[in-house]
Amino acid sequence: MLSYTLKRLAQAIPTMLIVITIAFFLMRIAPGGPFDGERALPPEIEANLMAAYHLDEPLWQQYFRYLGNLVQGDFGPSFKYKDFTVTELIMQGFPVSLQIGGLAILLALAIGLPLGIIAALKRNTAVDYTVMGTALAGIAVPNFVVAPVLALVFGVLLGWLPAGGWNDGALPNLILPVIALSIQQIAYIARMMRASMIEVMGSHYIRTARAKGLTEAEVVWRHALRPALLPVTSYLGPAIAGIITGSVVIEQIFGIPGIGRYFVQGALNRDYTLVMGTVVFYGALIVLMNLIVDLIYSALDPQIRYDD
Amino acid sequence: MVSMDAFRPLALAGLMATTSLGLCLPAAGAQAATLQVGNGAEPSTLDPQKVSGNWESRITRQLFDRLVNYGPDGALVPGLAESWELSDDGRVITFRLREAQWSDGEPITADDAVFALQRLVTPATANHNANLYYPIVNARAINTGEAEPESLGVTALDSHTLEIRLSEPTAYFLQAMAMTEAAPLPRHLLTSDVEDWTRPGTLVASGPFVLADWKPQDKVEVERNPRYYAADEVALEGVDFHAIEDTSALMNRFRSGELDIAYGAVPSARFEWAQENLGESLRVGPLIGSYFYMLNLREGTPLSDERVREALNLALDREVITERLLGMGQTPSYWFVPRTIASPTSASLDFHDQDMDSRRARARELLDQAGYGPDRPLELELSYNTLEDHKKIAVAIAAMWRPLGVEIELVNREAAVHFAGLRQGDFEIARYGFVATVNDPYDFLNAYAAGGSAAASTGYADPEYDALVEASTHELDVDRRAALMTEAEQRLLEADVMLPIYDYVVVNLVSPDVKGWQPTTLDVHPLRYVSVDGDAP
Repeated sequence: MLSYTLKRLAQAIPTMLIVITIAFFLMRIAPGGPFDGERALPPEIEANLMAAYHLDEPLWQQYFRYLGNLVQGDFGPSFKYKDFTVTELIMQGFPVSLQIGGLAILLALAIGLPLGIIAALKRNTAVDYTVMGTALAGIAVPNFVVAPVLALVFGVLLGWLPAGGWNDGALPNLILPVIALSIQQIAYIARMMRASMIEVMGSHYIRTARAKGLTEAEVVWRHALRPALLPVTSYLGPAIAGIITGSVVIEQIFGIPGIGRYFVQGALNRDYTLVMGTVVFYGALIVLMNLIVDLIYSALDPQIRYDD
Repeated sequence: MVSMDAFRPLALAGLMATTSLGLCLPAAGAQAATLQVGNGAEPSTLDPQKVSGNWESRITRQLFDRLVNYGPDGALVPGLAESWELSDDGRVITFRLREAQWSDGEPITADDAVFALQRLVTPATANHNANLYYPIVNARAINTGEAEPESLGVTALDSHTLEIRLSEPTAYFLQAMAMTEAAPLPRHLLTSDVEDWTRPGTLVASGPFVLADWKPQDKVEVERNPRYYAADEVALEGVDFHAIEDTSALMNRFRSGELDIAYGAVPSARFEWAQENLGESLRVGPLIGSYFYMLNLREGTPLSDERVREALNLALDREVITERLLGMGQTPSYWFVPRTIASPTSASLDFHDQDMDSRRARARELLDQAGYGPDRPLELELSYNTLEDHKKIAVAIAAMWRPLGVEIELVNREAAVHFAGLRQGDFEIARYGFVATVNDPYDFLNAYAAGGSAAASTGYADPEYDALVEASTHELDVDRRAALMTEAEQRLLEADVMLPIYDYVVVNLVSPDVKGWQPTTLDVHPLRYVSVDGDAP
């Protein structure tokens, strides 16, 4: 298991290098630069800015300068947020995104899994239709609609919860963004769990289990649940990486100081170093989450072994 | 941090003193409070010489006093300088600094001002507005790397006297000295080996407030500076500047009472609703800014023909845009320099008082003369950066031109791409917004003069225009200067080098509990004059 983990991590290095290289050059191919704004700069001033950020050097030189710094763990200064390095921005924002995203995932699992199982067991009944209909609505309504509505209803009209703000992660400030972020996940997980549960319940070994005379509850708990969780688990790997790196919509609407907005703002501002920093961070997180998923797989399904 | 409680009696005493003196401060019933401000984007920096947006300078101006400050109404008032005088030839300004301290107790001296101005024009600082300070002897040479910062024409005659030497008299110069980049800086801190001097706990301030905390993408917290020279006139305990860009989030949090002030919270689509529902909180005022279409004048495009440009200008119905499309009180514009600027010009497009029918008839004639008609329609590209209002306006204007046989292709580009295209002259007609950084027509007129950004984008070149702008800059007599600037602007308008559309307004939400806050034409709001009325519900 350890050697497998180390091997996978070693394999991640060329993957990351490819990701970095593509992101670096894609970013530079995009027209416009970090200093193109409403107010055009006189040429002398622009030259000063370009020199201050080494943008006057040839591109290949900038690329190797970037790689060199990266190896030393230095993501460079943000072009836009000049008083902070990219590392600082990510390290200050990530715990916030992790907190909101982690709670949203837990909430989604706590609600989505049971709903999916119930719907599968009560297949083609009113319960099933209600759960799946609601889930479909949850997927169909995007969070840029849900979030402002939640803020408007519970923040402005009812005044029960803050309409936004982080307030150092106080509980009332967490509730609305976590709910807004989890709604779609609840829906996805419920639907996936239902489909996979139905498949498992129709398989031969479940028939065997029933033939042994086990009660329905024993069949579900002992034999169906673990294999039915496999597809959800593989979905969760990349999904968790996506959710704990923040959501630009949720962060903007609720004023959450996470890192989700850096993905979009960095690109729009042509903040080259910030974009690279988020790409590297997100890439590394995906690699890590996929590895964890594969390890969990072997725990859920004894047929999968990694000890070659 | 020093506990603010220790200073509360002092502030109260000062408060009573000022009220008894009949000064504009603060309203009865006011109590020390922390003002909650929805400030727009996250500040990119709190270094006053590296800021580029008003959401940043709104904070830095509270931290760093300039020699000359903005008053509550936006007019210039003495700041760290208690007085100044201009030599008879207009080339030497001498500032007399008041006795004041940095927030760490060090005295604020003329050396701090010299240090700051030298740093401002040093190339490595890469200040966005350094060119406004080129009138100072040697400033341009230093900023382009051809001279040492020490050669700048600024001298500390003694600890509290600063002399600035200009190569030519410069009418707008005092306005430039009120900008946040011109603030004296704590030399003792910046020349020490301190890194990241703008961080909480390190930053040393000269203004009414000091930096207490900065949580990126969340908020910047400032609190009253007990060492400020007018600390006893500052009513607010502190200010939290929340980084909120999303307009619906701004509005929600203002309505829920979490914010006292929300800057730029009302898009035109919500304006009517806001008028009906937010009542006196909605504060609308003119902003010195011009919304216009830039035209590419280079040879080989249809727009190099002046008749075509005039036709487009004539057929553009500005009142439809301002009244029916936007309806927020924007002024239809027949000029380039907004009328609300200090020392305004009076140039105007000559058809501004004609009715639309005769303007359209004249436009048809001109296009006909230029060889365009039903058989040979005029085809042009109109580009704008992504924003709902820009799109609405572009669609409306294209529709105004269509009856003339003008076929417009609308091109929506993301902001960075749009402005890069402008810089490279890669456009035909392009939406542009020019908002004053310094309250003087020079800011606008210089854009079309040789070396200016608009001249570079559009290919406009007129030595006579350049000479007029140059002459107006060095003319100190107010009337003669206004005449020169008007003449210059009139040249631009008569050549139809742009299509002016409207003068901006600024729309902010301010709680009725906030006292001492005024709309100003530069959208500057010194918070040392602001208080919050605690008695209101």
